[in-house]
Amino acid sequence: MTVLLPAAAAERAWLTDLEDEAIHIIREVAGQFERPVLLFSGGKDSIVMTHLARKAFWPARLPFPLMHVDTGHNFAEVIAFRDRLVADTGARLVVASVQAAIDAGRVTEAPGGTRNPLQTVPLLDAIVEHRFDAVLGGARRDEEKARAKERVFSVRDDFGQWDPRNQRPELWDLYNGRHRPGEHVRVFPLSNWTELDIWSYLEREGIEVPSIYYAHQRLVFERAGMLLAVTEFTQPAKGETPREEWVRYRTVGDATCTGAVRSRARTVTEVVAETAASTVSERGATRADDRASEAAMEDRKRQGYF
Amino acid sequence: MPGQLLRVVTAGSVDDGKSTLVGRLLHDAKAVLADQLSAVELASERRGYAGADLALLVDGLRAEREQGITIDVAYRYFATARRSFILADTPGHVQYTRNTVTGASTADVAVILVDARAGVVEQTKRHLAVASLLRVAEVVLAVNKMDLVDFAESRFDAIVADFETAATKLGVRHFTPIPVAALTGDNVVQQSSAMPWFAGEPLLAFLERVEPVAGTPLPARFPVQLVLRPRTEEHPDYRGYAGRVEAGVLRTGDRVRVLPSGRVSSVRAIDTPDGTLTEAPAGRSVTVLLDDDVDIARGDLIAVDAEPLPVASRELVATVCWLAETPLRPGARYQLRHTTKDVLAVLDAVESRLDIDTLAPEPAAELALNDIGTVRLRTAEPVLVDPYERNRSTGSFLLVDPASGGTVAAGLVR
Repeated sequence: MTVLLPAAAAERAWLTDLEDEAIHIIREVAGQFERPVLLFSGGKDSIVMTHLARKAFWPARLPFPLMHVDTGHNFAEVIAFRDRLVADTGARLVVASVQAAIDAGRVTEAPGGTRNPLQTVPLLDAIVEHRFDAVLGGARRDEEKARAKERVFSVRDDFGQWDPRNQRPELWDLYNGRHRPGEHVRVFPLSNWTELDIWSYLEREGIEVPSIYYAHQRLVFERAGMLLAVTEFTQPAKGETPREEWVRYRTVGDATCTGAVRSRARTVTEVVAETAASTVSERGATRADDRASEAAMEDRKRQGYF
Repeated sequence: MPGQLLRVVTAGSVDDGKSTLVGRLLHDAKAVLADQLSAVELASERRGYAGADLALLVDGLRAEREQGITIDVAYRYFATARRSFILADTPGHVQYTRNTVTGASTADVAVILVDARAGVVEQTKRHLAVASLLRVAEVVLAVNKMDLVDFAESRFDAIVADFETAATKLGVRHFTPIPVAALTGDNVVQQSSAMPWFAGEPLLAFLERVEPVAGTPLPARFPVQLVLRPRTEEHPDYRGYAGRVEAGVLRTGDRVRVLPSGRVSSVRAIDTPDGTLTEAPAGRSVTVLLDDDVDIARGDLIAVDAEPLPVASRELVATVCWLAETPLRPGARYQLRHTTKDVLAVLDAVESRLDIDTLAPEPAAELALNDIGTVRLRTAEPVLVDPYERNRSTGSFLLVDPASGGTVAAGLVR
């Protein structure tokens, strides 16, 4: 991206356009569906989503619960943040647990592998159990090329599958949430936001995010070009030397596949400037799960992933 | 206004090099990141291409990359120092015209691509017809592959003349022609040195500067999405109407008419979580409070009490673009979605179909996939409409198949 030093917050008029669009979409969900739920991972996108949802219904309360699909491989800071936010909003929290799915034999963990792809089964199970008909997610089209083809209202069949060849045309700001029994609709109000928009908006609104998004010192080691933290789930192998470094996270996922980036950006303003000047995409920098193949994300999405 | 979003749709026929143009635009505007570029270089190498195929930047689906074509609308985002862009890249195949309609429905600018060797073809006219129907404010004719016609001014002029003939027939008042060579980047971001005869701007410079004008604004329209009643200690009697201003400017104190009931009231306040506003222009999502206790629900419309008011009608004459595999036939029933309202509708008659070759309406009994035509509809309840040419939001609707839930048509109120 061009090193476009972001204008002062007041001049970033497009953030208001994006906010208005997202609020309109979230309100359509409340108007068109019986049992919506908002996916909440503790990551910055789902924090922005929760903030927008609170704005959409203010001064009334959030009319739907939050759902966390918990891989069990979490950053402690993120879980603490999640619990605080849930207490503040008075929202109900539903937890769909990957560990429980493993224990019940619903999914099998590959030895030494990441748990990210395992989230699909507990997610779909929870959707069936709670009869959710709309699932709000924070995915953005700029994240990944398969996501760039995604609709704002995206129908999933009764197996939770996405069929990219057979998507509904989506025109104007008319969102068609009609679906058959057993089907549900994934809704992506942040479709038109970029990573830089998210950070600029966090700055403009003064929204708090988990501390691991800001530069801190951490014991890390390098694997396949990524910086992984030394945690109870990820230990350096032979030949991988842990070092104390200044790092921060650009995405927050399963601890086993989310890498940190070297950074000294300790405030939101510094992160905005760093993001604007970055020459590597956030998934390219930090997500091992997207490096599996050219179409890794499309394949996961077809099966019902976020 | 500086800093606002510009929504651009690109359309072209197969092999016009549209994905290459978009890839070039992103690359030269430095909106492609290093890891994305190296992924493209790797994928190009695997396919045995000579250089990095920038089209692979935008063709995201497995099937698209395998077939080397764009199937679905892809949205790309980039920003320059001047403004922020949303680019809807739509496929060229005739069978994917519905995707061009989708991309054009929200666009401020349409970039229509023509291969300099092939000139204006049927798909070009179809795309121009779509841009014209959907009232895309600005049209750019990008004549691509100029390198393959020796950058000849005469070839460019001939294509512009053909395009102008079609534009005139369709009522497109002005367009901006630009000769480009996407493969080499001529006139995409950098001014071409190979075409000194061209006095205009490169594509990106035009997109950075253009200020699309959407026509004369209507008095404010506010379709109600939700009624907000918190019933909390802090707000025991709060009753706000949540929605988005869809035309004009809504102001505190405005006399309004609540439709379809026709009750008159005034705007007591325009609320947002960040404070109250004295006015809210089209596009803003707000909550409206009225002076009187009026019965209002989702699907109702709050309109400023000034001429012209929306028309309450159970009979609509509309232009529709048919988006489904099964043809549209008279007598069929649909769910009609207009602003925040859903009503049952019966299609009474197909009046005509647009002949893409002559660009004139011809008699027709049904409409097939990708056809554009004029129809008559009857609805179970009145809908509150404005002509599409006055307002995209209150002038548009979808037809939904009640069985599958699929969107089968895009409608524009005459």
